[in-house]
Amino acid sequence: MESTIVKSVDYNAYFGDNHVVKNVNIEIPRNNVIAVMGPSGCGKTTFLRGINRMHELIPGATAKGKIMLNNEDVMEMHPIFVRLKIGMVFQRPNPFPNLSIYDNVIAGYKLNGIKLPKAEKDKIVEHSLTRVALWKEVKDSLTKKGSFLSGGQQQRLCIARAVAMEPEVLLFDEPTSALDPISTSTVEELFHELKKNYTLIIVTHNMQQAARVSDRTAFFYMGELVEYDNTKQMFTNPTDIRTQNYITGRFS
Amino acid sequence: METSVENELITRNDISLRVITSEKIRDIVKGIKRVKRSHRQIRAENVFRRTLVIIGLAMVVLVVGIMLTLIVQSIPSLKALGIGYLWGQTWDPVRDVYGALPFLAGTLLTSFLALALSIPFSFAVAIFLGEYYPKGWLANLLKNTVELIAAVPSVIYGFWGLAVLVPIVRSMEASIGIPSIGYGIFTSSLILAVMVIPYAASLGRSMIQMVPSNLKEAAYSLGATRWEVIRSVILPYTRSGLFAGVLLSLGRALGETMAVTMVIGNTPLMPKNIFSTGNTMASVIANELGEADKMVYNSALIELGLVLFLVTVVINMIGKKVISRFTNE
Repeated sequence: MESTIVKSVDYNAYFGDNHVVKNVNIEIPRNNVIAVMGPSGCGKTTFLRGINRMHELIPGATAKGKIMLNNEDVMEMHPIFVRLKIGMVFQRPNPFPNLSIYDNVIAGYKLNGIKLPKAEKDKIVEHSLTRVALWKEVKDSLTKKGSFLSGGQQQRLCIARAVAMEPEVLLFDEPTSALDPISTSTVEELFHELKKNYTLIIVTHNMQQAARVSDRTAFFYMGELVEYDNTKQMFTNPTDIRTQNYITGRFS
Repeated sequence: METSVENELITRNDISLRVITSEKIRDIVKGIKRVKRSHRQIRAENVFRRTLVIIGLAMVVLVVGIMLTLIVQSIPSLKALGIGYLWGQTWDPVRDVYGALPFLAGTLLTSFLALALSIPFSFAVAIFLGEYYPKGWLANLLKNTVELIAAVPSVIYGFWGLAVLVPIVRSMEASIGIPSIGYGIFTSSLILAVMVIPYAASLGRSMIQMVPSNLKEAAYSLGATRWEVIRSVILPYTRSGLFAGVLLSLGRALGETMAVTMVIGNTPLMPKNIFSTGNTMASVIANELGEADKMVYNSALIELGLVLFLVTVVINMIGKKVISRFTNE
């Protein structure tokens, strides 16, 4: 029996008066890859950013409802603790341009003012970069700037930066939409490795990607969670007509 | 029935005819215009480019001209006083002894002290308006007020300094047991500090607003607080811009004349500490040029202007170097 790690209860998100996520109830099992798909403006990214309380960073943005992480409501927690437990990777690779590759990986510790002995830091850096299959490529250039890497490598560096904090959940906001096909497949392979230790929630525009990488898929439309099921079931036999239309490409 | 069909045909023909003719005419007119326009455009383009070059060169000529005037008019003083003028500590027009050091010291002391006093305020305003509250009535109020500081004529600051700051500083000096004059380097620095806040603040604000939001979000997603984002992401990213703003402030402080001359005490002596009276180069020139009837006296004042000019140039050059190093890193 899989245990639930994240569960949203009647979650609603707003930008001012604009109701962008409507009454979402979803249960996300541990060590799974969840794909969240839907047309542009359907609220999928807003929902994702709600899970680690990034949504409310935007002026005028508000949210209602509950998001349970291991039976603890993240809406009641301090956002900083939430974000330490739920890591995030963004659409465009965003390593800190003024930091070296090494410092980028441990940036989370530095930002939070956690001082670690050198040996410990070395271990975290090697471990995190190995997890994202980047260690071999960069181990001789750890002092170089993060912006020196290619786009795909930068994105893996950003994943390593999130992994280094040992979160329980990793959120990905269209992580491959700015990458070339080869880098995309490298990142997709990573998802299979990462789900052994983390729960991944991936927002994607790309239906094929959702089908390839995820165990379960959620389909958002006009701010509503229309359908949520096993990926196989979802793509072969969707129950809702809107899901059917989306999958068959009748709208996008 | 028949007539209606006929009518329709006629109208159709009419329309198509009208369309054809008007289109043809338009084509012909266009053709003529195009030839004329392209000739005119080329000519305008040339005129425009030449105007730009001339205006650009005029700027260079102007600055070189000012520089030359200063040098030429300083020649009598350079001949009579030599290089010792720069570190001479006595300024006595009656005995024809001129030394620039007290004023050089006065200018640098007031400017850097003012800078040190203003930086906490200008950076605080820049961070507040750039990151914390970029919108809303409070932000607008603060932004407009700070911009107004730069718009107030300096004589008003001088007047305010005389009326308000001098008595305050005087009683403060009395309470810590030093000669209570009220006028002096410290009072001038206070006035200057207020006057230069907007320069570093507004440049800093626009720099901070330009920090890419994806970098800030990266830091937030790693559990950083707002203060940590400012310290570890925004400040490193904007430091060259912040420094450029500080440099603008410094330039303003170095050259400010009116407000300083009203509260500095105007004594041609080396300042012993930050509470002594003194004078700055700009202030001396403004005060004494009118009554400088002797050739060397007049020329010594102009040489003071030359020194001030060179000091600002050197500080600007150093600043550019520092900025380019910040940006390359």
